[in-house]
Amino acid sequence: MPLWLELGVRVVAVVAAFLVVPLIVGQMEHKVMAHMQSRLGPMYAGGFHGWAQLVADGVKFVQKEDITPRDADRRVFQLAPIVALFPYLIVLLAIPLGPGGLVAQPMDIGLFFVLAVLGVGVVAVLMSAWASANKYSLLGGLRGAAQLLGYELPLVLSAASVAMAAGTLSLPGIVEAWSPWWLLWQAPAALVFFISGLAEIRRPPFDMPIADSELVFGYMTEYSGLRFAFFLLAEYVGIVVIAALTTVLFLGGWHGPDPAHFGWLWTLVKVFAVSFVVIWLRVSYPRLREDQLQRLCWLVLVPVALAQLVLTAAVKLAL
Amino acid sequence: MPGQGLINGLAVTLKTMTKRSSTQQYPDVEPDLPPRSRGVIALLEENCTVCMLCARECPDWCIYIDSHKEEVVVPGAARARQRNVLDKFDIDFSLCMYCGICIEVCPFDALHWTPEFEYAETDVLNLLHDKDRLGDWMRTVPPPPAHDVLGEPSKEEATAARKAAGPGAATPAKTARPAVRPEPEK
Ligand code: SF4
Ligand code: SF4
Repeated sequence: MPLWLELGVRVVAVVAAFLVVPLIVGQMEHKVMAHMQSRLGPMYAGGFHGWAQLVADGVKFVQKEDITPRDADRRVFQLAPIVALFPYLIVLLAIPLGPGGLVAQPMDIGLFFVLAVLGVGVVAVLMSAWASANKYSLLGGLRGAAQLLGYELPLVLSAASVAMAAGTLSLPGIVEAWSPWWLLWQAPAALVFFISGLAEIRRPPFDMPIADSELVFGYMTEYSGLRFAFFLLAEYVGIVVIAALTTVLFLGGWHGPDPAHFGWLWTLVKVFAVSFVVIWLRVSYPRLREDQLQRLCWLVLVPVALAQLVLTAAVKLAL
Repeated sequence: MPGQGLINGLAVTLKTMTKRSSTQQYPDVEPDLPPRSRGVIALLEENCTVCMLCARECPDWCIYIDSHKEEVVVPGAARARQRNVLDKFDIDFSLCMYCGICIEVCPFDALHWTPEFEYAETDVLNLLHDKDRLGDWMRTVPPPPAHDVLGEPSKEEATAARKAAGPGAATPAKTARPAVRPEPEK
């Protein structure tokens, strides 16, 4: 295959995944959340159990007027949703789906790259918050900045633990090195990574920056139409990305029966299972208060992550 | 155990998910309304004596009644009797708050609740139901629910029983002892 064709196929595949998987997760959220609350959720759009609800939502968002507030910093305001969405697309490039190079862009420093790109999210939050010229947006943005900067640390530390265990920074390499007993050995890191990942994508119970009962809609308050839809899409892609990273780093990615043929399937199954847990947590727990949020980060997650690093190093040296 | 509550929370949501949801799919499936549902008020015109009690008691003043008197010649009577004839009996359901006072107060059982609720209109003026429309709702009045076996007998039943027992018979009112409130324990 010529290089350009291969490149084209890979990019198209990633963009397709980028558009389809978050929609499936979104629909799953609608339905799972509804049934957990003893409701039915969307039932009409598309005929069968409302499967087309998110498509209908998308059509609705496209039709809506795109408002930019008069006092807003126009360019920054309009750019923010793209900045929120784009890093996730880039991250998806580096997620290995199966063995034997089933990854859009294999990289030796994949983990480093992924974590660095994920960190761009905070810029989007601050951009949208500051440029909206709205006090609720600003409050939400500042909360978001404090939260994202705080949780970045345990996220990186717990990821570093796996990298240390695997002895590589390449994501396929980490999956390659994974073995089932890591589930036990790296369990604290997995928990820390998952929780701080939740906080990174600002999912309930860590949705303090959005907190619709206090801040209208946080940094997204002034957005409407397609730009708002981008923020929403970013949230769902965020779930997919965090689920995928948890899968790849801690749950053994494509490991499962017959990984050579069904590796991609195991990865997808694990990604959806983790996404389900993300939704489940949203339904079960109330929002953390700002001080509880910071306390959890600095007094629980960071020490646990550091302890895990020590444990990983000790086991690595002992073996 | 710390964290027990977190686990319990997850268990509750997961259990709810596996159960049937309690949503009633109304436009597709008829809802099963509880007994004595208050949908709309029906008028049994023959029972109405135009006593105006309902119109006066209605907190919203949303019952409008007009009537005239008619002479009825009763054979054998010394002079002609007078009878009220209903000309207009309207209830404005855009004002009605479904308190049910009119129904309670009617001494002649001319007004009844019916569970029918699908009478939304695109023009608010059409919510004024005239006496034909109110009469038409009578078709939908359900039979009264059975008497609560543990409840007191109705006034009518008690009166009938007393009449049947004859004067001087023991009645609950005569045999009842004065209620003594127990002393609160110290
Ligand atoms: S239900 Fe209450 S408000 Fe409605 S007509 Fe009767 S008395 Fe008036
Ligand atoms: S209280 Fe009953 S009898 Fe009297 S006017 Fe109203 S409906 Fe008629």
